[in-house]
Amino acid sequence: MVEWTDAERRYVEAVWSKIDIDVCGPLALQRCLIVYPWTQRYFGGFGDLSTDTAIMGNPKVAKHGVVALTGLRTALDHMDEIKTTYAALSVLHSEKLHVDPDNFRLLCECLTIVVAGKMGKKMSPEMQAAWQKYLSAVTSALGRQYH
Amino acid sequence: MSLSAKQKATVKDFFSKMSTRSDDIGAEALSRLVAVYPQTKSYFAHWKEATPGSAPVRKHGITIMGGVYDAVGKIDDLKGGLLSLSELHAFMLRVDPVNFKLLAHCMLVCMSMIFPEEFTPQVHVAVDKFLAQLALALCEKYR
Repeated sequence: MVEWTDAERRYVEAVWSKIDIDVCGPLALQRCLIVYPWTQRYFGGFGDLSTDTAIMGNPKVAKHGVVALTGLRTALDHMDEIKTTYAALSVLHSEKLHVDPDNFRLLCECLTIVVAGKMGKKMSPEMQAAWQKYLSAVTSALGRQYH
Repeated sequence: MSLSAKQKATVKDFFSKMSTRSDDIGAEALSRLVAVYPQTKSYFAHWKEATPGSAPVRKHGITIMGGVYDAVGKIDDLKGGLLSLSELHAFMLRVDPVNFKLLAHCMLVCMSMIFPEEFTPQVHVAVDKFLAQLALALCEKYR
């Protein structure tokens, strides 16, 4: 189980309080598809992803960004049982969606960069460390049921 | 994943915009590296302290950023231009290459923090590729 100090819990809550899921979700996924274009392989049914402009304007990408970020937020209410919380989602990503788990890390990197852009220096190094720990715990849990 | 001519221009343009804050970004990036990835402190055991924001960390972050700016000027031949730096990292410093990626991520976070409007996805991909190429050039002499 991941151990969290009180400070770390506060830092993670502080970051989430600054995140508008309807804004940051789409921005993070759009950035991931542009910066790491091979991630587009999972979105064949999403329509036009052929240019950056198409990606930024694609409503299915935006909608899915909200879904993914909402999923990432779930851990905030279950910080002491992250593995069990994501067990079913892990099976889904492995058995049905066949997503290479390294992609979770790529999306999280893009999310951190989007959030950093919103928060500026209010995201201190210590806050970034706690945030990164949170994202690493979730991505680890999401990859756990792969076999 | 080499840089297109357009991406090279994007990198040069963004780094030029960034130049007034480059010391701050370098110092912040290294501070964040040791805060977010504490295992990287193992390379700084010879310092009195390696805490985020401390004087040696800030100073060294500025040094590293200076090296990155130098590399922007050599963007058309990173391997050739960074030969002596590569030898330094290979034979003296022996930094595990995985850490270049970690520092690159921290640099991108700082760029996004300080230039949120300018650090668009297009700038992000160009700078990310550049930093990856830079890391490869630094690893050239490793083995």
